[in-house]
Amino acid sequence: MLAGALGEPRRIAIEQQLQVGRVFDAQDFVPVAQAHVMADTESLGETGVTWLESLAAHPREQRRVRVPTITDPRGLDPCTYRKVGQTEAWAALEQRAIDALRALGILMTDTCINYQTVAPPVMGEHLAMGDTGVVIYSNSVCGARSNFEGGPAAVTAALTGRTPRYGLHLDRHRRGTHLFELRWRPRHLSDWGALGGIVGRAAGSYWAVPVIAGVIGAPTTDQLKHFGAALASYGSVPLFHMPGVTPEAPDVAACFDGPPPAPRAVGEADVRAFYDGFGRHADGVDVVVFAAPQLSVYELSELACLLEGRRVHADTTLLVATSPENKAAADRMGLTATIEAAGGIVMKGVCFYQMHAREMGEVKGWRRLLTNSAKLANIISGYGYAPVLADMAACVDAAVAGRY
Amino acid sequence: MAERTYRGHVGIGGAVTGIALVARDDFSARYDLDRVRGVFARPGHALYGERYVGRILVLNTAKGGVATSWMLREMASRDMAPAALLLNSTNPIMAQGAAFAALPFMDRFQVDITTAIHSGERVTVDPQAGLVTVHGA
Repeated sequence: MLAGALGEPRRIAIEQQLQVGRVFDAQDFVPVAQAHVMADTESLGETGVTWLESLAAHPREQRRVRVPTITDPRGLDPCTYRKVGQTEAWAALEQRAIDALRALGILMTDTCINYQTVAPPVMGEHLAMGDTGVVIYSNSVCGARSNFEGGPAAVTAALTGRTPRYGLHLDRHRRGTHLFELRWRPRHLSDWGALGGIVGRAAGSYWAVPVIAGVIGAPTTDQLKHFGAALASYGSVPLFHMPGVTPEAPDVAACFDGPPPAPRAVGEADVRAFYDGFGRHADGVDVVVFAAPQLSVYELSELACLLEGRRVHADTTLLVATSPENKAAADRMGLTATIEAAGGIVMKGVCFYQMHAREMGEVKGWRRLLTNSAKLANIISGYGYAPVLADMAACVDAAVAGRY
Repeated sequence: MAERTYRGHVGIGGAVTGIALVARDDFSARYDLDRVRGVFARPGHALYGERYVGRILVLNTAKGGVATSWMLREMASRDMAPAALLLNSTNPIMAQGAAFAALPFMDRFQVDITTAIHSGERVTVDPQAGLVTVHGA
């Protein structure tokens, strides 16, 4: 590969992978079963799109990926982009990216919840996943093994069919480093996100593996999704263990080499303080966003139920982001119609922070944002928004009232 | 002031000299930066409002999402990237992004690099040798 016998795309790929492997003292490569490419046009830019096109220009046998490879949300939904203030120029760049990714043999799933909608990872499976939420869910809930593989790295792994063996591929980086004792049962998805934010702030490193003890009963897939996404976003953490819940954690002792560290208690007061840190939008809410991660069919159903027969305030926009598969399901089940009848906009194959949020906000006059996603609340202040975190029902009430 | 040298893990990219911009805070290209204007844009970041273009950026650790790995090359293509990035510790994203962008990058020093180097000092980074030399202000 490195000599170029298998073509220029694979030569470029293995060269980059060798550099990364050297930084992390990888001894060899490990074959991967799936790759997941984060390649929205906001982060690609013209430069990234041109790079993908340069790979796509090579002969078919040289450019095709070697393992099933799927995509993270895109920067723009062709059906709704005009409604949210996105431009024709972005749509054109998006199309070029799609054409190039397809030419590489990549499947345009456009989702950050592939573990719920495409193919759930399997215990022990080695993967090259992009999107920190996908990685932490795959590692923690499924017991699969993936590092954070950024867009170019996931493309290189797809082209070579392997990834440098370091980090989460190794047993020694999957052992617990921090212990948290949950003293309260979170209820709402936003509670689980807040908990992820608290643990993420405290653990705070890619090489930290927080263990969360005291979880009574199995959380739902959506609760673990919000918890993991926030934990990865706040702490850059790729793996957690939840004794009695996640597959590598039969009990607390099994998570640690040697005696467990002293636990840090997390209770309802900590979660309340986390919400309070964002304040309120009593003077008005510009935009209410349900995204990050994309919504499951169950979340869409709950949202439709909360919105049924109501009307979003004239000065407020309500946005929902889900995967193309879930959008089709929601259409078929009548959920989209209910949300749209209330004035909401259901976007497919995108996520709010990956779609030029700063420019959308400037065009649409959005600044005061309300969301039930702790991950989004964490990210979006860097895009000129003032985020506030609330549970889904409170977000819907605020969308209808126009204030929170 | 005498030159000081600090040893770190072998990194990515070629040797480069520039002026340091230092803070004991973390780094994500997506969360923290206005990449169009070339300044730190997230309120609450220790370098909020500071221009990072062409500087030897010295921060604590990599955080946040995977987008940084595309963004470093995109920033470099517009001559709007830092000259080099030095971190106490990295995550894979930053290393992958540096490899993709050919941006000089190092981490894991024998000292806390965010206290060893001060903003405004002239610094030479040699990632292949795993060496950073501070020439003074």
